[in-house]
Amino acid sequence: MKDSSILFPGAPADDGTDQGTPPAFEQSAPQHRRKTGRVGDWVARHPALAAFPFVLGGALLLWEALVRWQEYPVFILPRPGHVLQKTLAMAADGSLLRHTRATATEIGAGLLIGLTLAFILGYWLGRSRTLDRILSPYLVASQTIPVVAIAPLLVIWFGSGLLSKVLVTTIMVFFPTLVSTVVGIRNVDADLRELMRSLRASRRQLFLKLELPAALPVIFGGLKLSVILAVVGAVVGEFVGADVGLGFLINLGRGVLDTPMIFVAVLMIVLLAQSMYWTVTLLESYLLRWKQLGLTDGD
Amino acid sequence: MTDPFLQAHNVSHNYPRPNRVTPALAEVSFSLQEHEFVCVVGNSGSGKSTLLRILGGLLTPTAGEVQFRGVPVRAPQPQIGFVFQNTNLMPWRTALENVLLPLELHKPLDKDDRERACAALALMGLEAFADAYPSQLSGGMAQRVTLTRALLQSPALLLLDEPFGALDALTRERLNQELLRLCRDRKQTALMITHSIQEAVFLADRVLVLSGQPGSLQGAFSVDLPRPRTLEMLTWPQAGALISGIRACLATGAHEPLPQ
Repeated sequence: MKDSSILFPGAPADDGTDQGTPPAFEQSAPQHRRKTGRVGDWVARHPALAAFPFVLGGALLLWEALVRWQEYPVFILPRPGHVLQKTLAMAADGSLLRHTRATATEIGAGLLIGLTLAFILGYWLGRSRTLDRILSPYLVASQTIPVVAIAPLLVIWFGSGLLSKVLVTTIMVFFPTLVSTVVGIRNVDADLRELMRSLRASRRQLFLKLELPAALPVIFGGLKLSVILAVVGAVVGEFVGADVGLGFLINLGRGVLDTPMIFVAVLMIVLLAQSMYWTVTLLESYLLRWKQLGLTDGD
Repeated sequence: MTDPFLQAHNVSHNYPRPNRVTPALAEVSFSLQEHEFVCVVGNSGSGKSTLLRILGGLLTPTAGEVQFRGVPVRAPQPQIGFVFQNTNLMPWRTALENVLLPLELHKPLDKDDRERACAALALMGLEAFADAYPSQLSGGMAQRVTLTRALLQSPALLLLDEPFGALDALTRERLNQELLRLCRDRKQTALMITHSIQEAVFLADRVLVLSGQPGSLQGAFSVDLPRPRTLEMLTWPQAGALISGIRACLATGAHEPLPQ
């Protein structure tokens, strides 16, 4: 479960009641407060982390209860225990690592290429209105084609190996970062540009000391979207044609009615996306730490 | 070898607009001596800021020429420092890092630079705020940082564009006094744009009146008040006469044009 205030840092801190919290949480919260002040402080500062075990526990309980009550067969809805067993089995025979690594490689390579292209082109478009006017219609048009429609073509042209997946991922991550880079560069304060000019800054200094830091807050918005879309891109690519990867596992699981395996693959996809999203968020809060300071009254 | 320190010679400027040009400055000529503090007073729209940007080499005039120590100014000069009305501090840099920016663009920073910057901030009463980010500073403090930044480059000429225009009256008075003290201590040559006649009389050795549209020089007034100046001097009879004189001069060319 995701804390909404992470997606929207400006949103008021939530009180933990809007997350579909299971009853377990509400009973346990007072217990926390009764413990030492340090635990209470920690909970106040990290409500999402503190709530997580209860949210997870509650969801698993509901899931287990649902399966027992409805007596679903394993291929319709396995119990949490089945999924855990399958995870352990796949971890033991190495297949979990192999498929996860394949998907992670596609994501990594796709991000590397897609983000590099997006930054370079975004910078150019941000600097030149003319170039923007010429290229934007095509860029927007290219985004109206669903990736699901392009993916089969890419597999036909580039085979069912690594390359076609990397290309699908590249296409997915490109646009959000491109747009945010253009907006970020374009919104660099004109007064600061004039300052840099009055100080006779070189082209390189203008980029490194003004444009990049000024555009970074906006670029991070696109970047967060891109890393999540990267996961979608890789999995979609694998759906279409692959012999390895988490998307391939889902396809395979559907074919042989190994539903626990589908659950394992989905779980790994979520973990991959989460870890990348959090990496970017941490990087953001480190690089933009100047933004998190409150205003104080001086003079 | 008697080139004036800074000389504007028949400077005119037009801003291009679709289908017509907007004249902003017409035939402005004056000169500035070394160690002189000159204020340019004008109404809004009289081309004050345009003039300042031309003097500093940020803008090339449509006609005429500016000479700094006998050399034509065609681009920003290392010897000319700016303070603009907007506190143009980089929000991701601390006060100290902002002050050091002009230095680090042209050479690697050393320990000496940092000490000098810290001392300069301390002189402005900001020693406790060296590591504060601009968002943590008040308007007056932020503008003091921009002043420190400009002075740390030891510019031969300081150009100020309504530096305290966005501040409240009390802060503005205090900063004017500090500016005066700094300029006296450093024998700083400065040209400041303002729309406040009182401020101009309080600060300047000479007041130039820019008026009309396009703006042209309507007159120049020597301020013969003794230094160091005090705010109380503004109540003296000769200051009152000077202020009325400047106001009358401003009014002569200050017919607001009708919107076209």
